[in-house]
Amino acid sequence: MTKKIEVFLREEKLNDVKEALYKIGIVGMNVTEVRGHGRQGGITLAGRSGSYKVDLLPRVQLNIILSDHNVEKTVETIRQAAQTGQIGDGIIVVYPVEEVIRIRTGERGREALMYEGDIDTRRGS
Amino acid sequence: MENIDSGDTTWVLVATALVMMMTPALAFFYGGMVRKKNVLSTLNLSFITIGLISLQWIVVGYTLAFGPSLGGLIGGLKFLGLSGVSSEANPDYAATIPHLAFAAYQMMFAIITPALITGAFVERVRFKAFLVFTVLWATLVYDPVAHWVWGVGGILRTLGALDFAGGTVVHITAGFSALAFAIVLGKRKWFGKAPMEPNNIPFTVLGAGLLWMGWFGFNGGSALAANGLAINALVTTNTAAASAAVTWMFLSWRDNKPSVLGIVTGAVVGLVAVTPAAGFVTPLAAIVIGAVAAPIGYYAIRLRQKLNLDESLDVWACHGMGGTWGALATGLFATKLVNPAGADGLFYGNPAQLLIQAIAVVAAIVFAFGVTFVLAKLLHKLIGLRVSDNEEEVGLDISEHGEQAYA
Repeated sequence: MTKKIEVFLREEKLNDVKEALYKIGIVGMNVTEVRGHGRQGGITLAGRSGSYKVDLLPRVQLNIILSDHNVEKTVETIRQAAQTGQIGDGIIVVYPVEEVIRIRTGERGREALMYEGDIDTRRGS
Repeated sequence: MENIDSGDTTWVLVATALVMMMTPALAFFYGGMVRKKNVLSTLNLSFITIGLISLQWIVVGYTLAFGPSLGGLIGGLKFLGLSGVSSEANPDYAATIPHLAFAAYQMMFAIITPALITGAFVERVRFKAFLVFTVLWATLVYDPVAHWVWGVGGILRTLGALDFAGGTVVHITAGFSALAFAIVLGKRKWFGKAPMEPNNIPFTVLGAGLLWMGWFGFNGGSALAANGLAINALVTTNTAAASAAVTWMFLSWRDNKPSVLGIVTGAVVGLVAVTPAAGFVTPLAAIVIGAVAAPIGYYAIRLRQKLNLDESLDVWACHGMGGTWGALATGLFATKLVNPAGADGLFYGNPAQLLIQAIAVVAAIVFAFGVTFVLAKLLHKLIGLRVSDNEEEVGLDISEHGEQAYA
């Protein structure tokens, strides 16, 4: 089975998270810049006179496709690297994936996800 | 021709170019503060004003402001179409430069003043209505007030009111007209409900920096000669801007963090406040003028926000109130030691000057606010001042100009 992890995290934590993921062998990902808010509802910025509230904050969305058995370790790695303990640390969502196809080779499923030096090849499987 | 001084003429020509640059600088100052979908529209409101008022000034504006006075209220039509305005000097205004240089220099002031007002109606004004408004406003408000204050025989000039470079003529008229127009026009959709984030504060910083530089021409050039008075004006101008920027930084810091948008706004407010005073006061007085201008502008913005009034880019707070303070401060700090052709203010033993300044301020406020209010109401009825709700949501770049700023 294949899963997709979607992470909404603080922009300033992206490098920490990427580094932690590379360490455990998660080497493929894509990143989009998004804006949004959760329970914290927004932030206050300094304006011309006093402050003003902005409700949609810049956040980073990280998308990773991976095999089922790597999900727990990856999720925990991301959680630790992205956490500041302050409100607004973001969320991690895990979805089932129907199919993955690598465009260059036509490989499908787990084959399409394998990279040299990734989490599974390191395990020596 | 023998009276023409090449040094004086050179400086006024350079100053003309500096003041011209201030209007595109203002375009960027304002353009950075609006939302992404209205950048081009906002830049253009200033830019096209250069076109409109350059034409208006040549044809009719100059003569209405500086033609032979009709009862102290308006200039006569002697200089219609700049006829008779030549390379000879006009000793009424500037004895050592060509009359045409004086007219060109004054043209740049006539241009930037209505451009200042555009900050009040960005992001919702109907372009057609704005075009008509701007030409009528220049003719019905700017030209008469310029005549009152600067024209030989003008009522406020005869009264003894001091306005070195346009605190009353430019900033009070623009600021209070902006207020009147914003009241008639109404708020932007979502104003006060959804955040309206400035799309590009770096534009605003760039604009403010160029305004500061251009202001050396605005105030320094108002000496109309390359002399000690010009350098006094340049130094007081720089000093007041510096003083207001630093003061604003601390005000902003006390409430949150030292906002960059705040600091550059402070500089502009300091420049506004010193405008009427630049050629009459000392550099030390300019420190006080700038330091007091900052809290006036800062808390005027706060008041405007409290009143839930969408005078969008705070033309009233910065120019109207900054100009009012500057005009009154001229009545406090002016000294003949700086400019023998000026007058002494309250702190130099002449309280009457403060009263004269106050009369000029009130006259300009009442006239500018009143005429603009009526003019805006009229145009609202005849043409409609606002775009439709949907056009406003889409943004004026697309809906009014069929263009987008960024692809």
